Amino acid sequence: MEVEAAKMIGAGLATIALAGVGLGLGNIFGSYISGSLRNPAAAPKVFGNVLLAFALTEAVALFALVIAFLILFA
Amino acid sequence: MAEGHSPLAQFEIKRLVELNAGGLDVSFTNSSLFMVIAVAAITLFLTWSMRGRAMVPGRMQSMAELSYEFIANMLKENVGSEGRKYFPFIFSVFMFVLFCNLIGMIPYSFTVTSHIIVTFGLAALVFVTVTLVGIFRHGFKFLSFFVPSGVPAVLLVILIPIEIISYFVRPISLSVRLFANMLAGHTLMKVFGAFVIALSWWGGWLPLAFISALTGLEFLVAFLQAYVFAILSCLYLNDAVHLHH
Repeated sequence: MEVEAAKMIGAGLATIALAGVGLGLGNIFGSYISGSLRNPAAAPKVFGNVLLAFALTEAVALFALVIAFLILFA
Repeated sequence: MAEGHSPLAQFEIKRLVELNAGGLDVSFTNSSLFMVIAVAAITLFLTWSMRGRAMVPGRMQSMAELSYEFIANMLKENVGSEGRKYFPFIFSVFMFVLFCNLIGMIPYSFTVTSHIIVTFGLAALVFVTVTLVGIFRHGFKFLSFFVPSGVPAVLLVILIPIEIISYFVRPISLSVRLFANMLAGHTLMKVFGAFVIALSWWGGWLPLAFISALTGLEFLVAFLQAYVFAILSCLYLNDAVHLHH
């Protein structure tokens, strides 16, 4: 197999990680919505944690992106 | 297509003033220029908006006081009362990352934090500072941080190396998170900009609508990434100052 073709396949495989990230993000915001519907008064207090959790999970997606770039271009 | 139109061409480092220090290239580059612009903007924002020192703040003074209180509250919540002495450090890091991210949103400018060496420098600074704070405060007891309490001895053999590895991954994850967010955001905007031109008058409005929404998202990401950098630094500081997990 040519190196170029292998690089493309590798980069495509690296995006499988985004499945887990999608699950995680949906989980975070789903539980925030569910919790804030039960206890609307507490929703603004916990929103900071929601943003932190979102950024931390999004970071995993970007780690996968960096690996894909490394496979493609290095 | 003419050269220089790759979506990654916006991250190229250009030397503005060639300087040489004993064989090392210490030129003043476009990256250095925008770091200076960011620091000048922060200083101007904070000093000029506070020049009135009004008891009831106007708009600009409100914003400056808001940013101060934001970080002060973050430190108080996450580190406790001992966090006050680390306020200048966390505030400087937060404002620098925030202004570098925001100035990068200006068209034709350069995003300082889209280079891994810059974000790694900042993350390494935070990591080394936090580790030194922990060591100077607790001495050799700092190593008890890697031994979680209430764990049976059998598990400790495998848990301690895992704890040590995850501690040293912190600067890497901190830097790559900021770097990848900035890189991906700006590359995506450049790619869709090329689509707008390529599809010209009949199809260009669709990627244009997407790029408008994406620009809004990128402003949010600029704030969010600065906030996450700062709050993670506070959490790591809390770990070093109070040694329990």
